[in-house]
Amino acid sequence: MNWIYEPWPWYIAGPMIALIMFLLIMVDKSFGMSSNLRTMCTICGAGNKADFFKFDWKLQKWNLVVVLGAVIGGFIGSYFLSTHTAVALNTETILELKSLGFESAGTAYLPTELFDTKALLSIKNVLLLSIGGLLVGFGARYAGGCTSGHAISGLSNLQIPSLIAVIGFFIGGLTMIHFIFPLLF
Amino acid sequence: MFKSEAASWFRIYEMFKFESFHMYGIIGSALVLGIITIQSIKRFKIKSFYGEKINFSPKAKSFRRYLFGGIIFGLGWALAGACPGPMFTLVGAGYISIFIVIIASLLGTFLYGLLKGKLPH
Repeated sequence: MNWIYEPWPWYIAGPMIALIMFLLIMVDKSFGMSSNLRTMCTICGAGNKADFFKFDWKLQKWNLVVVLGAVIGGFIGSYFLSTHTAVALNTETILELKSLGFESAGTAYLPTELFDTKALLSIKNVLLLSIGGLLVGFGARYAGGCTSGHAISGLSNLQIPSLIAVIGFFIGGLTMIHFIFPLLF
Repeated sequence: MFKSEAASWFRIYEMFKFESFHMYGIIGSALVLGIITIQSIKRFKIKSFYGEKINFSPKAKSFRRYLFGGIIFGLGWALAGACPGPMFTLVGAGYISIFIVIIASLLGTFLYGLLKGKLPH
């Protein structure tokens, strides 16, 4: 049973994601995480400012339960099922990240330089995390879905719009890592 | 999500550098099984657990919203190293800083709601 404490390989994680999608389909729901961001905006009263948020959020309660599941899963995975959480990256990647100033590459789960609570004293880090989040939220709704809604659910249903969105994800991601990161770090 | 390291900022970076198969394996295997699942449900007219017909709503036809929205999402995904699912996994794992990303993504969603009428779709 020791394997359960080690990082789980892709051929375990991928099928588990497909299983979640299958179970949601079988209860007449769909797999898409970013819709929850809209639901949360509505709960906070965003319906007073824009029609986009005027809908009965209670119909989306089931999806907030999926979010709760993700939180609980993260808690169990991290506190009970892990003896170490350092991510074993490609050695090439570790060298590159170190040259960008991420000394924690290969020894942590998230870069301590960006995510450690001490790192929040730097305005630059707070700005980077905020801009990243802002783009994720805005882009996901503009594209009508995120990784789960498009790359998994949409592509599984052979939807061309989802293929366009996923190509967009990669244009954006590759631009950020290859062209914008050298300017930021 | 947590145990497969799909919620790790490092893994997202590595994926966009094409230096590991890990993330492609996760998404790819989920996708292959997903295609087989959905096509089987359609072909064999599998009923839901409630015994009802399963309907799949096709995505609205458009090009610009998916491309522009996708690019914006991708920029944020690579920078924050988390998409809307793993963000919440990281809350459970105890990373306080991820709240900044989540609050900002709520603001981003809100901003889209405000600007929706003015954007090309």
